[in-house]
Formats: sequence, structure tokens, C-alpha cells
Amino acid sequence: MAGFELTVNGESRRVDVDPATPLLTVLRNDLGLRAAKLGCGLEQCGACTVLVAGESALSCRLPISQVGRREVTTLEGLAEAGGLHALQRAFIEERAAQCGYCVPGILVSAAALLAWNPDPDDEAIRRQLADQLCRCGAHPRILAAVRRAARELRG
Amino acid sequence: MTSRTLRANPKLDLWVRFETKGRVTVFTGKAELGQGLTTAIAMIAAEELDVALERVDVRTADTADGPNEWITAGSGSMEQSATALRQAAAEARRRLLELASRKLGVPIPDLEVADGTVRGGEAALTYWQLMEGRRFEGDVGERAEPKAAEQHRVVGRPAPRREMEELVTTGGRFVHDLERPGMVHGRIVRPPTYDAELQGVDDAGVREMSGVLEVVRDGRFLGVVALREEQAVAAGEALRAAARWTTRPLPCGEDDLVERLTANPRQSLPVIDGAARETDAPPLLPADPATTTLSARYFRPYHMHASIGPSAALAEQSGDTITVWCHSQGVALLKPSLAQVLDVEPDTIRVVHVPGAGCYGHNGADDAALDAVLLARAVPGRPVLLQWSRQDEHTWEPYGSAMLVDLRASLDAEGTIVDWSHDVYSDTHSGRPMPMGETSGLLAAWHRDPPMSRHPRRPSTGFHSGIHRNADPLYTFRRRRIVKHLVDDLPLRVSSQRGLGAFANVFAIESFMDELARAAGADPVEFRLRHLRDDRARDVIEAAVAKAGSTPDGAGRGLGFARYENCKAWAAVVADVAVGDDGVIRLLRFSIAADAGEVIDPDGLVNQLEGGALQSASWALKEQVRFDRNGIQSRDWESYPILTFPEIPEVGTVLLDRPGAPFLGAGEATQGPTPAAIANAVFAACGARLRHIPFTPERVRASRPA
Ligand code: FES
Ligand code: FES
Repeated sequence: MAGFELTVNGESRRVDVDPATPLLTVLRNDLGLRAAKLGCGLEQCGACTVLVAGESALSCRLPISQVGRREVTTLEGLAEAGGLHALQRAFIEERAAQCGYCVPGILVSAAALLAWNPDPDDEAIRRQLADQLCRCGAHPRILAAVRRAARELRG
Repeated sequence: MTSRTLRANPKLDLWVRFETKGRVTVFTGKAELGQGLTTAIAMIAAEELDVALERVDVRTADTADGPNEWITAGSGSMEQSATALRQAAAEARRRLLELASRKLGVPIPDLEVADGTVRGGEAALTYWQLMEGRRFEGDVGERAEPKAAEQHRVVGRPAPRREMEELVTTGGRFVHDLERPGMVHGRIVRPPTYDAELQGVDDAGVREMSGVLEVVRDGRFLGVVALREEQAVAAGEALRAAARWTTRPLPCGEDDLVERLTANPRQSLPVIDGAARETDAPPLLPADPATTTLSARYFRPYHMHASIGPSAALAEQSGDTITVWCHSQGVALLKPSLAQVLDVEPDTIRVVHVPGAGCYGHNGADDAALDAVLLARAVPGRPVLLQWSRQDEHTWEPYGSAMLVDLRASLDAEGTIVDWSHDVYSDTHSGRPMPMGETSGLLAAWHRDPPMSRHPRRPSTGFHSGIHRNADPLYTFRRRRIVKHLVDDLPLRVSSQRGLGAFANVFAIESFMDELARAAGADPVEFRLRHLRDDRARDVIEAAVAKAGSTPDGAGRGLGFARYENCKAWAAVVADVAVGDDGVIRLLRFSIAADAGEVIDPDGLVNQLEGGALQSASWALKEQVRFDRNGIQSRDWESYPILTFPEIPEVGTVLLDRPGAPFLGAGEATQGPTPAAIANAVFAACGARLRHIPFTPERVRASRPA
């Protein structure tokens, strides 16, 4: 066990865990942030996607000891002071989910894209989401939601 | 006529309650599997009761409360549960109006209801004032008349999906996300292959590991319980390394599967009017030489349900009672099945459905429930959250059965099909746990000591059940011969997967219809319409073709059509594809049309139809469970790839709404038509006739005319 200082969703958090513990496990079980999901634990499906220093990152095998003080943002931290993130509104609007298990990871990954490219074409969106698996076939709705959010962000 | 659902659950109180001021609680014995059930149920309740949609709380399958609706499968939620709930809600409203009429002294026809408030003249009473916290007595019965379609204001219109806001802000609440005071974590260690025997395991080291509370060993069932999740994962790995097994080879590898399907011992039954008969199957007689006769063989491999989330369950033993929260599709069947395995009274067990990731049939959900119970019994009083690893999921879930379909048909001089023969070979499609005699359908029950044996396999005879689901096409033929073959000694564990036999049967039939149309020199759409007497079928095909418009440049177009189980939703899929020189199929666009009777939640219905089509496209293009005699080789997403975002086509759907007509299940309706639409489109694009799933680039290149 060792103590780690983390910055998660803008707050300082301290946890005492084994240094090899994956970030995902810490987020879910120690910090009560359960939006990021365990899908495979193998860095193959994207269900555990969070932002680390603004970049989308898989958290299921990322040891807590390697996170350092880099800012970690989870789906729970996406909403802004003024209300939901444009992507969150767009996902609700487009009903972009079936079972929804893949959605938190996809939403965070899309947020990373829109943060540096507010005007992605369809191909850029698909490329960004290429490693995010959805088994329900909710893809068309998800793509529509990302396009809608991008439109809204551009105003 | 009272439905089977209402006959089994006649009490009104099982369906509707007004316990909390300002809220309506409605119950369904079905589970939310991502199909949007709770949204549709809430819409029906809001409609019939005249309350705002936001006031309706929906409680789903729980063996401790609400109706017992057996299982959520076979696209039955709308037909069964929604139909019953509509009647129950109408009855609740009828009784509330009667009560209001008496209290207000106003005749019923002069009462008006708006959002739960009944107004008569100057006075008004709310439903909650009328009920005064009481619950309904007596039965739903048949006195109440649900609203006519013209009066509908909620159903059939777009509505927000329930729980969407929670999902996009906090990630929703899945079984994996549950938390209870004192909760600990479990992992299991499965044998390396189906029949491996445990020689020994030295678990002393594992017991010393940090956080480990218990190592469970019962026969060849192995598991660990630890304080923290990562400790359970580490202990599980250590236990896996400590276990010594002797393995036995599988009876065959994937290369021999086609041969095994036709050569192994089997039971063969004729299928007549959609149902199998317990008589001798008719032989295939030589074709009339005066006709043009075609035959073809189609194949689908084993497919995984491959849920994105691993199977999981939370179990707690307190005193003599056990509670399990899990994502089983059939909590009412799981409860007695668990009781049978554990040899306890069923009423000491409560099973509550909590959503998991989408399951698409019988996956590991029920098995995980038993695993969690076995671990929880080792640490009484402590709730245990068990999650499978990705490898547990990929290698142990019951797969969708491999199938082989042999078709033969004869055309007369006018190009009309006069003779049709369909032989379908497969393993069972039903391996669900049922509380039956001395056998079990639950994985750990086969591994404990003493082991229980598996449910016996018997050919199902029901209307469009199992292997012969949709084997009997909707088309009109002068003669038809349909035979199902339940094949023994096949290598892999199997059970129900979305669509059951319909996926391969419709793939084969609709591909063959395309081949026949071309042999007859006819347009494939016109050829189908010519053989259909069913107007709603024709409408659906025409609507899909109209939706598709003109074929994109350089693309091939194909159609697939079926009415699911010949009695549920009609669906047609038009696929536009491009095929590269390398043999890679690019899906450009799917145009879907469906008739599911009266539409309650159009958005949810479209989601199901499109999701089914895309999943089915993934099965067709990319998926097969890889295995050799040493065991399953598809152990993760790299060895079992599925369709990804860059490969998704544009999708457009039209619904043919039939207000006032019965609801028809649609969750599996596009499963069969889709692979045929793709195969037919590939043929149109490049002349390659694909009869063997998956449609890999190698197969496309090999089937393409030189
Ligand atoms: S859970 Fe991390 S990529 Fe699958
Ligand atoms: S919505 Fe179920 S996995 Fe994507």
C-alpha cells in the first residue's frame, strides 16, 4: 500500500492503494466514480476511457503509480458549471444508447476529439471512436450525437 | 380473451400502485436489456392513466414483487408485458373514475382527468387522494376498455429515453456498479478447457495474499473472495497458476465443423406449418426433370453474444436467505434453478434483475449468478460482487449454435418456384437453466462435486422454435419439404442467441431467393413479391426499396426479408455495398422497413431494428468463434473482432405504423434479413456468391468469377 495524490475532476484526492492498482479500479471503488466501466481489462474495448491531461486514455491497466498529478477527468467531470456538456445533451437528444454500457467511454473519447477539433468531419469522428466497441449497434445514433454536439459547440 | 400473462398474474396490484404521493409505480416481469422496455412501459401507463410520463416509475423483474413473466426473450416484451400492462392500467383508471364519481357525485362521463387529477364540475380529487395509500384489490379482468388509437397522445410519439440523463452524467447503474455496505469482490478460475480435470491446487500461497478472505474450491469450481477488486484479480491469477489440470481434446476443431454437422448422429423431424412433428422426416425425392433445379449449402459458424461488459452478479447470504442481483433474462426461472443446485427451498432465494451490458440472448448472466452465490456462501453476511474476466466471458459463455442449411428448389417454365426443400442441421438453441429433475443448465453446477449433468437435449417442436425458427418461409410454393436435424456430439457449449435459428435460416432462404430470381431472369424484388400473398409483407419490401432510392455509383444492392417467426414483426433490409479488389466489403447503407403493429415508442423500435441489423452485419462480416482440438482460441477482442465505427454504414429506417393493431415483437426482426441483404449486394457488386459466414476478404476473392 502507498499513498497517492491525484487530481480528479478538478479536485485533489488522496488514496492508499497498491501502486499497481489500475486507475479504473481506484476511480470506481475508492473515489465512487463509476461512469468509466470495466469492459475487458485488456485495453481492447474503450469502456474504461477517461481523460488524462486532456487526452483520452484507457484506465483499465494504467497503474495508479504512473498517473502522478496529471489532471484526470471522468464522465462525471464533463458537465460544466453552466450545465451539461454539449455532448451529454446531444446523447440525450439523439437517444444515443441501447444498453449504454459503452456510452460513458465513447462520450469521453468524443469529448477529447471535440476539445482539439471542434469541426470534425464524419471520418475524423469514426477514426477517433475506432477503438471504442459497441455491441448493441448504437453506432449511428452515437455518430449523430457527436455531430450534433460539434454543431452546437461551433454555435 | 385474457392473455397468458394476465392469467398467470391476474391481480391488479401486481401491475399498478399509487403508493407515493404524486407517483405511479407500474410493474413488469420483464427485464430492461437495453431494448428500451421501461420507456415503452412508462408511455403505455402514462397514456392509459392520464398522468405525466415523468410521474411513472417502472419496476422490472424481481422474484420478490410484481408479475412473474418467466423470461425476457423471443421479442416478447411488447406482445406480452406491454399488452397486459395496458389492460391493467385501463382497469386502474376505470376504478379510479368510479371512485371519483361516487365521491364527487358526478357521473363518470362528466369527469375529466388531467395528469392524475379527476375533475367533476367545480370539485377535483387526485388519484392519490382517491387511493389514500390503499392498494388495489381483485383482478385486472376484462371490464376496462383501453383507449382507442385515435385518443392516444403519448404512445406512438417521440419520447425521451428513460435513464438517459443518468447514463451520460454518472454512467448509469449496472450490476457492476452496485455497492452495498461491507461489499467484497470475487473472481473465479475456470478450467482451461471444457472437460479439464483438476489434478490439484496448492492454494496456501493464495490464502496468504493481501486482502484474500476465502479461496473456494468445490470439485473443479475455483474462486476467490478478497476485500478489494484488484486483490481478487491478483488472487484469481495466482490461483489459476497454482491449479494443475489434465485436459481432454475437443471432439473436433473448426475445420471439421461442416462435416460434423452432416455426419454426426442426429434426430430429424419434419417441419410443417412452422412446427416440427414427431414423425419420420420425408426423404428428398429427385427433382422433376422438367424444371430448372438449383441447390445450395449455407453455413454459419458459432457466434458469441460477446457482451461489452463481463457477466457479473452481486450475491449476499444472510441467515438462511440469499439475495442475488444479476442481469439474467429470466429471474423467475433462475430462482428455482439456483434452489435446485443448492438444494434449498426456492423461497429462501430472491433474484433481482439489474441491467448488465446488452446480452442478446442467453449469455453468462445466469452462470455468474450461481458463481456469485457460491462465493457469497463462503463469506456469510458479506455481499460479494463477482465479475468475470474477458477471457471467462469469451471462452465459457454459451455460443450461438453453428448451422448448416441445404436448400433445393425447382422453377417451372414461367419462373415460378414449384418445389422447395430445406434441411437445417444444428445443435440445440436452448440451453437456459430450467429447474428440471436432476439436471442443470448452470455452468458451476457441472463443475461442483458431485457434478450435476446438463439438461438433456431434445428437438423442440414448437412453432418456429429453436433450429427451425423461420425455416418455413412466408412465400407461397406449390410444394415444400422442411426438415430440422438436431445434431449430436458437436464441440462447443451453446444456447439461445438473438434470432435463434432465424439468423441462418433466413440468411439461406433469402440468399437462395436471390439465386433463384437470377436463374429465372427476374428482378429479385419482383420475384419475391410474386411469391407472396401477404399484403403487409409486400408493403414492407416495397417500403424498404423506396427508402433506399437509387443505388450509389459503383455499389451493389441486395434485399433480405422475413416476418420474424412468421407471426411477429415484418422486416426488410436493403443493403448497398462496395467490394474492393482486395475482397473487402464496405457497407455503404442499410435501408430498413418494418411493420411491428401499433408503434408505442418509435425511437426505441428504430433503435432495436437498426442495432439488430448492425450486430447481424458484424456476425456476417467478421465473426466466428475460433477453436481447435485444444480448445477455444477466441479469448479476447483481438481474437474475436467485431464491427467498429469506421465500418458502420449509413442506416435509415421506415416504420409502417398500424394504430390499433396488436404489438408485434421486433427486437430480432432484422437479424436474418441482414446477412442475406449483404450477400446479395456483394453478388450484385462483383459476382461473388457468399454462402459461408463470415464473409472474409479471402472468401470474397475465392468466390469471385475470374
Ligand atoms: S476495459 Fe479498458 S479497454 Fe476494455
Ligand atoms: S449501447 Fe450496448 S454496447 Fe453500446
